[in-house]
Amino acid sequence: MPETYQIEMKNIQKSFGNIKSLRGVDLKLRPGEVLGLVGDNGAGKSTLMKTLSGVINPDEGEFHFEGKRVNIDSPKAAKNLNIETVFQDLSLCDTLDVASNMFLGREPIRFLGRLIDKKTLHTRAREELDKLGINISSTKLQVQNMSGGQRQAIAIARAMLFKPKVLVMDEPTAALGVKEVNMVLQLIKTVKEQGVSVVLITHRLQDLFEVCDRLMVLYEGKCIDDRPIDDFTLETLIKSIMGSPEGVKVS
Amino acid sequence: MANIKTNDNQTTTNRGLNFSWLWSEYSVVIAFIIIFIVAAFMNDRFLYLQNQLNILMQVSTIGIIALGMTVVMLSGGIDLSVGSVLAMAGVFSVLALNASESIFVGVLTALAVGAMAGLLNGILVSKGRIASFIATLGMMAGARSIALYVSDGGSKSAEVDGFMNISNSSLGMVDTPIIVFLGLTILIYILMQKTRFGRYVYALGSNEKAALLSAIRVDRIKIGVYTLCGFLVGIAALIETSRLNSISSSSSGNLYELDAIAAVIIGGTRMTGGKGKVIGTLFGVLLLGVLNNMMNLLNISPHLQGLVKGLIIIVAVLFQKRD
Repeated sequence: MPETYQIEMKNIQKSFGNIKSLRGVDLKLRPGEVLGLVGDNGAGKSTLMKTLSGVINPDEGEFHFEGKRVNIDSPKAAKNLNIETVFQDLSLCDTLDVASNMFLGREPIRFLGRLIDKKTLHTRAREELDKLGINISSTKLQVQNMSGGQRQAIAIARAMLFKPKVLVMDEPTAALGVKEVNMVLQLIKTVKEQGVSVVLITHRLQDLFEVCDRLMVLYEGKCIDDRPIDDFTLETLIKSIMGSPEGVKVS
Repeated sequence: MANIKTNDNQTTTNRGLNFSWLWSEYSVVIAFIIIFIVAAFMNDRFLYLQNQLNILMQVSTIGIIALGMTVVMLSGGIDLSVGSVLAMAGVFSVLALNASESIFVGVLTALAVGAMAGLLNGILVSKGRIASFIATLGMMAGARSIALYVSDGGSKSAEVDGFMNISNSSLGMVDTPIIVFLGLTILIYILMQKTRFGRYVYALGSNEKAALLSAIRVDRIKIGVYTLCGFLVGIAALIETSRLNSISSSSSGNLYELDAIAAVIIGGTRMTGGKGKVIGTLFGVLLLGVLNNMMNLLNISPHLQGLVKGLIIIVAVLFQKRD
């Protein structure tokens, strides 16, 4: 019996005008696995993940979720499959408070489904922050005055709020201080412990060795390397990213 | 476990005891109170109940439009067409009223014309991806032109008894337009603060891309916003037309868009959207009303009143630029 993957993406292709961004990429993600997705700028990492979160629709390709063929043609479709994404720019609304950002688009409602249930909103936001060990004094604070690490934590908490099965994180540690990077890596481990499959995109290669189970290397829109993390050293990883993996048969 | 410290300055300040917080949230209320007190000292007649009710009556039309403008501006847009649409809705309302001899039809026409113009604005902005400034500029020219054409550039007077009663009736001492304005203020307040629609309007003005990625139907919200504004303009048109029993295709609603925008800005709503409050707009409207009234009581030349108003707008915004 073939292994059932949490997510299987087959032959994903996407062009923007004349530029072939993705030239038939396959991606498999096991339940509870943290997959590091690496590659140079323009290799297609973010584009590949945007197809998974429904922001970009691929020209070709299939998605299988828990063994079943699915269509992911909108952010809503991805969310319905419990695929959550933390985007590179975080996509927070600066003038809304912490809880409102976490629930944006999925507010609990009361009174014949007309009014937002603010009490539940804030209690549940608080519960989720506590569960992830994120220390933010009040869920009523506006996010615009918060530090990069706090904003990142809120974006992750928002993604975790609706019990995702797959969490995609695009450069969660970019532009963060050392302490904040450690906080985010801790957070990824916490998320993994809760049984969530994670895809992590990052340029900070040392982070990959901290949290990932497996690495996949994209080069000019193709997957050229896909191995367990233990098979990599920093050196061989860099060679792969440069486009010449050492003695690899791509699966 | 992951630990992050929150910004101390944001949390340790006790809300309510801190003046700077009070000022940044309620500067318009404080400014209103100051101007109110100044007006009361300048002229004894200012505090007369009749005078206060007059002020409310005078601001009710602009006030209703400003409510719609608040919603549009919170979403990050602007609606320049409100004055022209008011004239167009008024003209069609009177035409329908006279033709059908039914007040109900007249009322319905004003509301429908306003809402349709708003709907078209919304479609142009969302589906057509035209900047709101441009789309509503087009509507501004178009609606005025239609109003002028339909009424040959003149006024249209209602010929049905009872139509005047809409604006010229009262509940006790309070005129109907005031009740309508204050009632709508409460409704729009609830809409913006307590419902998902309101929350999404704020989100849209704050970060449109984030709203889109949160699976919010941004286009629908935008269309809703402009349609709501148009609908409110329809109500304002009804009040304006009924008050004088006629509407002028050339001068009714002229520069209303600027007064409405001024009230919204004085009320603390950010031009780029995402930040502001309906209550702020209410006080912005009242502030402009009190100012007008004070200048009239003090016999300030009408030619100079624009200057004073302009100064107040600039000063208000200068003081608000604190975030």
